[in-house]
This record gives sequence, structure tokens and C-alpha cells, in this order.
Amino acid sequence: MSNVDGNNGASRGLAEAAPKRSKDKGSPLRERLRNLGPAIGVLVGLVVFWELACRFLSVPAYILPPPSSIIATLIKKWDTTLASATWVTLSEVAIGFALSLITGIGFAILLHASPHVRRAIYPLLIGSQTIPIIVIGPILAIIFGYNIVPKVLLVTLICFFPIVVTTIDGLASVDPQLKRMMKTLYGTAWSTFRRVEFPAALPSMFSGIRVAATYASIGAVFGEYAGSSNGLGYVMIQATPQMQTSLVFAAILLLSLISVVLFALVSLAERLLVPWAKEGRS
Amino acid sequence: MGHADVADELEDATGISVAQVNRSFGDIVALEAIDLHVSRHQRVGIVGPSGCGKSSLLALVCGLDEPTSGSINVLGGHSAAERLASCAWMPQRDLLLPWRTVLANASLPLENKGLSKRDAYAIVEPLFERFGLGGFEQRFPYELSGGMRQRVSFLRTLVAGKDVLLLDEPFGALDSITRADVQQWLRSALDDEPRTVLLVTHDVEEAVLLSDVVVVISPRPGRIVARIPISLAPVNTRRDAVMQPDFIAARGEVLDALEA
Repeated sequence: MSNVDGNNGASRGLAEAAPKRSKDKGSPLRERLRNLGPAIGVLVGLVVFWELACRFLSVPAYILPPPSSIIATLIKKWDTTLASATWVTLSEVAIGFALSLITGIGFAILLHASPHVRRAIYPLLIGSQTIPIIVIGPILAIIFGYNIVPKVLLVTLICFFPIVVTTIDGLASVDPQLKRMMKTLYGTAWSTFRRVEFPAALPSMFSGIRVAATYASIGAVFGEYAGSSNGLGYVMIQATPQMQTSLVFAAILLLSLISVVLFALVSLAERLLVPWAKEGRS
Repeated sequence: MGHADVADELEDATGISVAQVNRSFGDIVALEAIDLHVSRHQRVGIVGPSGCGKSSLLALVCGLDEPTSGSINVLGGHSAAERLASCAWMPQRDLLLPWRTVLANASLPLENKGLSKRDAYAIVEPLFERFGLGGFEQRFPYELSGGMRQRVSFLRTLVAGKDVLLLDEPFGALDSITRADVQQWLRSALDDEPRTVLLVTHDVEEAVLLSDVVVVISPRPGRIVARIPISLAPVNTRRDAVMQPDFIAARGEVLDALEA
């Protein structure tokens, strides 16, 4: 071999301009708010249209209350009914969702680690989804009574499936070349899981968690429909026969607020834990 | 050059020895009667048309795969586990982990060995300057150019501290200007830190420039059809290297063997 000047290549390499993170786009928060602008615009437009339609078409309030009266009811009934109902439903959603995260991710890892277990369980898991989870509500109420347990279980059951499936998919779709590479770099099964498979599965896992976050409140409400003494679902079921339609809408508003907050928290966690997924794609 | 002949007599100096190796996948014979002797710290380039089994050969040598018949010896080890222990493999794609900084990527083999992050970083960080990566330690792979990423990948391969390097078209994904640059850099890096190298490539110029011996493999079933020793006079630049008559003659020989 000839003696090529070693520094030559190196210094020239430095000169290759690497693309730098563009930081001059303004703060990311402002950026995101700007992205939300059109959606907020449409929402405001719809609410205004709803208000005007109710007023000019003289729709009876027990059929469709205008947004203004929904807000008024929300404020009036907050202390007496809605605050405690929101708290009850929120705890059901939070505990059930947390449980589904732990069990869903744990279960996915178990199925991934053992092909035998996977072959035995995975088809059953998919098959179990043909049972509408809603119908399980009354059964759980019979078994566990009117307390928080059946609601939490229902939330967990609903959220479990999307988390398990996307996590398994994420773990299974790791580039086989990466695993070979790890083998040649002293990688054991555990270090490969920890340093390659699990991080690689995170983006896929998070898309499942986001779906689960939007389902969570449905589980709580159906649990409350099946039998309860408090909660936003309970409020709806009580208010409907009394024609307190604006109270029903107020409960729906709070329920979707819970979902939005949960979704936002999941998105925040994703941005913190998987910052590379979005950046890497660009 | 006759390195291989000398090495036959010196057991200690054997880097890689492949004897009568066949590898079939079902009915397809990928490699047939491969005999290859590489002495320690020798650099062997392997060229051949796509699908001739070059990559299969590397997988066999580094113990990711077992031959259908024949034996492979890497630094005295025969079993797949022993081979895996002495070989580092660097594929065409850089295979950097996007969730790790460049420094953490390069430290991966040390962390896998059980070193703490801190100890691993302390060993790897000083190497960045020499690899032309100084100042980029805390960047993520997507922030680097292709040539730099490939250098990180190579640094990671070297950090594993294995004597045998199996390079599978390491520059195949780079544009030709960057590739020339990285080739030259690799040459000097290997001069600083000699390793036993198998370099698979379909770029004849690259093989001649970087190897002591170039081995030509035929289309499927892959057989070794030529072994061409390379000896180039020491020169300072790539331009001088590729202009010298020895280089041109060697390149011609390899091309002849490929077309035969």
C-alpha cells in the first residue's frame, strides 16, 4: 500500500457541509398553533352556524340547545353535578388507560419474545376483537358491581388491542440487517432488544397509543351506562329522559375535553421520547 | 506478491482460511468450491457481478451463516461463535441507529460489551477528530452527510476492536466524489491501524486501490476465477495512484478476469 496523506481525506471530510437543523422557523409552539389555525377556524364557524341556526329556526332547546345555553348549563351545573362527574370519569379513563399501556406493551413484548406463545395467543387475540366490547359492560357490572372496577376494565380492554397490535408490529418490523449488525457487535438478545428493537418499535407503538387515547373515554362511558352512580356517562343517562338536553351536551363537551387532553399528553410524550422519528423522515 | 504462499507455512499469520466451501440455498448454488487464504492484516478485495455470492461469502466468514460443506477458519476459530467473535461486519447501508447520537452510535459495541455509557464515550470520543468527525459527536445521524455517516459506521466497526473487518460494499451508497474521498480516507485509516480485511465491491477501481490481492468471483455459481496481486508504488494522492502504470495494468487484469 502506498502512503496516502491521512489528514487529507479527513480535513476534506470536514468541509462537507452537513445539513443543520433549521432553527429559524420561530418557536415550535407558535408553529404548531399556526398549524392548528384552520381547524380552529372551522370549529368556530360551525359553532356560530349552530348558534344562529338554533335561534333563527326556533329549534326547541330540548331537541338541540344552542352552544350558548350549553355553556350556561355547564357553568350552572359545574359545582352541583359536573365537577364530580368529570372527576369520576377522568379517574376511570386515566387508570384504565395506564393499565392498558402496561399490560398492552408487556403482552406485546411477551408475544414477541416467544414465537410459541405468539402462535398460540395472537390469533385468539385478533379473534377476541369480534366481540363488541360494549356488550361486555353489563357482564362486568354483574361481576364487579357498580364500583369503579368494571369501568376501568372496559377502558383497558378497549385500549389494549391497538397498543398490543402496533407494538408487536413495530417489534417485528425491525430491519433484520440491524439485528445482524448487532450480532457482530457483541449484541446479546437482551442488548439487541433494549438498544435496537424496542426503540425501533416506538413510532409504531405510539400510533397505537394515540388511537387508544381516543377510544379510552368511550370505554368509561359504556361502563357507566351499564351501571353506575356517578360520572359523565351517568349524567347523560340521567339527563336524557328528563329532556335536559343541554346538560347532555355539556357532559359530551367535557368528555371530549378529557380525550383531547389525553391525546395531547400522548403526543407530548411522543415528541419527547421519539424526537428522531419526525426529524429523520425529512 | 506471494503473501498467501508464505502465510501457508506460518500458521500464526493466518487471518482467514476458507477451504472447499460450498453454499447452496435450496437448488441454487451460491458458492462453489471456494478456497481463499488471507494472511493476517492482508487486505483482499472481492469483485464479481451482482448475485455472485460475494455477500454470502462474507456472511459465512463472519459466522452469521454456515457453509453447506467445507470449512472456514478465522484466526484459528472454526465454529460460528468463534468466527463471530473475531469478525466485524460493515454493510453497504450505514445502519446507524437514528435514535442515538453519532457518539452513542459509535460507542454501541462497547456498550454491548458491558461498559457504562460514560466509559464507552470516554474511549470513543477522542477518535472522532481522527475520523474527520470532530464537533459532530452530539449530532444525530440524519444531520450528517452520507460520507460522514459511513465514516461513523466504520468507526463503530473499528471500535468493536476485532481483527477481521468484512466490508460489504461499504461505499456503494455514496456518490462518486464522496466515495473517492472516503476510499482515500479508509486507506490511511487502515495504514494507521492494520486489520485483516475482506472488501466486497463491484467497483474494480476501488478494489485495486484498497487491496493487496483482488479475487474475482464468477457469476452464479460463484467460483473464484482469478487472484490478482496488487502492488502499487507509494504515492500521495489518489490521482497519482490511479495514473500509475501498475494500477492501470492491475485494473486491466481484473476487468479481463471479470469478462472472461
